[in-house]
Amino acid sequence: MSTREWLLTEQPASRRQARAGQAYRTWIAFRQNRLAMFGLGIVLVLVLVALLAPWLAPQDPIVGGSLRTERLLPPSWQHLMGTDDQARDILSRIIYGSRITLLVVALVAVIATPIGLLVGTTAGYYGGWVDTVLMRITDIFLAFPRLILALAFVAALGPGIENAIIAIAITSWPPYARLARAETLTIRAADHIDAIRLQGAHSARIIWGHVVPLCLSSVIVRVTLDMAGIILTAAGLGFLGLGAQPPQPEWGAMIAGGRRFILDHWWVATMPGLAIFVVSLGFNFLGDGLRDVLDPKARK
Amino acid sequence: MTLLDVQNLTVTFPSRQGPQQVVRNVSFMLGRERLGIVGESGSGKSQTGRAILGLTPAPGRATADTLAFDGIDLRGASAKQWRALRGARMSMVMQDPKFSLNPVMTIGRQLAEAARRVASSRAEQRERAVAMLEAVQIRDPARVMAAYPHELSGGMGQRAMIAMMLITEPDLLIADEPTSALDVTVQIEVLRILDDLVTTRGMGLIFISHDLRLVSSFCDRVLVMYAGRVVEELRATELQQAQHPYTRGLMGCLPRIDGNTRPLATLQRDEAWAL
Amino acid sequence: MALIEIEDLHVRFGPVHAVRGISLAVDKGEAFGIVGESGSGKSTVLRAICGLAPTSQGSIRIEGKVLTKPRRPEFYRTTQMVFQDPYASLHPRHTVDRVLSEPLAIHGFDDREARVEKALDDVGLGQGFRFRFPHQLSGGQRQRVAVARALILEPEVLLLDEPTSALDASIQAEVLNLLDRLRTERGLTYILVSHDLAVVAHMCERLMVMQHGQAVEELSRAALQAHHAAQDYTRALLAASEGFSRAAL
Repeated sequence: MSTREWLLTEQPASRRQARAGQAYRTWIAFRQNRLAMFGLGIVLVLVLVALLAPWLAPQDPIVGGSLRTERLLPPSWQHLMGTDDQARDILSRIIYGSRITLLVVALVAVIATPIGLLVGTTAGYYGGWVDTVLMRITDIFLAFPRLILALAFVAALGPGIENAIIAIAITSWPPYARLARAETLTIRAADHIDAIRLQGAHSARIIWGHVVPLCLSSVIVRVTLDMAGIILTAAGLGFLGLGAQPPQPEWGAMIAGGRRFILDHWWVATMPGLAIFVVSLGFNFLGDGLRDVLDPKARK
Repeated sequence: MTLLDVQNLTVTFPSRQGPQQVVRNVSFMLGRERLGIVGESGSGKSQTGRAILGLTPAPGRATADTLAFDGIDLRGASAKQWRALRGARMSMVMQDPKFSLNPVMTIGRQLAEAARRVASSRAEQRERAVAMLEAVQIRDPARVMAAYPHELSGGMGQRAMIAMMLITEPDLLIADEPTSALDVTVQIEVLRILDDLVTTRGMGLIFISHDLRLVSSFCDRVLVMYAGRVVEELRATELQQAQHPYTRGLMGCLPRIDGNTRPLATLQRDEAWAL
Repeated sequence: MALIEIEDLHVRFGPVHAVRGISLAVDKGEAFGIVGESGSGKSTVLRAICGLAPTSQGSIRIEGKVLTKPRRPEFYRTTQMVFQDPYASLHPRHTVDRVLSEPLAIHGFDDREARVEKALDDVGLGQGFRFRFPHQLSGGQRQRVAVARALILEPEVLLLDEPTSALDASIQAEVLNLLDRLRTERGLTYILVSHDLAVVAHMCERLMVMQHGQAVEELSRAALQAHHAAQDYTRALLAASEGFSRAAL
């Protein structure tokens, strides 16, 4: 029996096989979406570049060359994306900058998704005053403009990439909470939730084992689609000087640095801008593809 | 007189395992009578009804050697021809009125809109709408005309739906499980209305249902479908003399109020029936 | 003393008075049917017994003990329910194995493997179905899983809410036979709710007809079979279940 047959059998013989088969079917459906595969490719390249940065980068991202002869050079074979005002190779800085971007994206996803899921499913499942209290808190967070709230946090905690990440995470969970709550309200009324209640299950078990898995896919789709926004917010904070601090090669901060020369030396601001654009696009494509596969309501 | 002539109707849907024929070589003729199509879920009975009205959902495809309604070949009918036929001369009643009525329009407006094909003035449209509601045994037509679909009970909604489909006085009505969402007592009333329309207006009716007992008590002829094929065609009164083991099995497995067979007979499916 | 006793049960959902004073008593080992049309409150009675619908007045006793609110864990080991729609009553992302093991885990059973295997055999599914997801099962197979789940805690009482109305006639016969066999084998007590008089007449020794939240009448299977109905509504239901008749015009 081939691996494919083993995965696609209608009669799995173990828990592991059943789960692997399910994942493989999702993968088959995902693979048929070209744009999604393209997005996945971009994200994988980002991960690889971040992992292999020391080997890929042609030059040091922090220490530049001679300030007299290598400052603000246009793109050439020597410096594929040119150099900046500190005579640093922009390509190397973008390659190292992918690490910061990836860190931001990963940490925000890891912090904001569980908070949103927990708040949303709890509010939706219990209803009543629990719902009211939790959703009003969510509304308060939603009412603030995201960048301003993040600014306030960074101002209070001090600038730096860690604080920027915390600030972004804190401002990005409310939409996930709302989404999870809306899904929970429909799931809660389903017979299978009544059935598990009749088995004597506690609320925590029902929320964690029965409600969350059903909300998870739409929240994952939403998080993926939001990644572009998160990257832009991180870049925005960097641009305002409140994110990564110099000389760290953060893409937003690099654009801010290049702003002064934008008319005479266009490449300094444009190259990190392109990087942000490509990665954001990649996450958007990936999110669209995931929605087609995971969200049964959007399925044709 | 033949109203509808169907020869070798086949409906095909593409699937991962290649094209799947959900309806296979179905042939029948319909006069001004009640024809029942009975089958279990997946037997192709609903797709047969939809294919006749050219409503096979994409990516499915319906083909036939003959598909003629009152002498009009429906196989290559243009969008314009379909518009002239559907709603005006052939109509369909679906299972659940909730999904077939527009939720943000009053029943009255929806009926008047349907009546536009046969009546030009507003007053006449309204008159026809009221008359039709009365015909489907709605005692208080004024109230129902002003109501939105969600304000009506299931039985009322289904009657309003039938009124809407019949306001143009079609020659052919395809009713797909028209009473399955209704309570048994209401069900009988709705059937009585349909029965009346067939006898008094000479309409042809195709009644699609899973309920063999109901169909046999209501229709003149019954087609029994299994796995996309018609396995047996018989007069409703001769159901007890059914030949095909599937029809016989289907009859035998129903519990009866005055029966004491225990356990109930179960249907032993034969691979050969699907061939 | 009857196993299940309901006295003057009322259920209100806000302004809607769904059940208006229902009383019934079901003996151990008996199958009791509740027949009615949609909105008659028949399913709400079942949901009130297991605590899914609020009891606003009246009492429900099982084995003489008034049920607490919320129900004690022991309650779920004596009373279980099978729902109408087998497509909605199984979690779409859980395998059959998980569906059946979870109640055992909740109630701290040790020999889960053996019990899951036995439960699958008992409902005639076999081990090949153990690691399938609901979407890999037909409607009848799903309903068998739902029955297995209800029986895995070895309850005495099974509440059946239209257990076959979403199934094809031939599958309905199989599920009804299964329920009938399990009742004889295990001495179970059933309360079966259905809109179909024939199903109730086949399964139950006694039945109650409900309309608008109230009991219309209670009669035995023998009385039903002999068409000895006292109330007009019951007679109308009886006539309607025979199919369409032009004579009745």
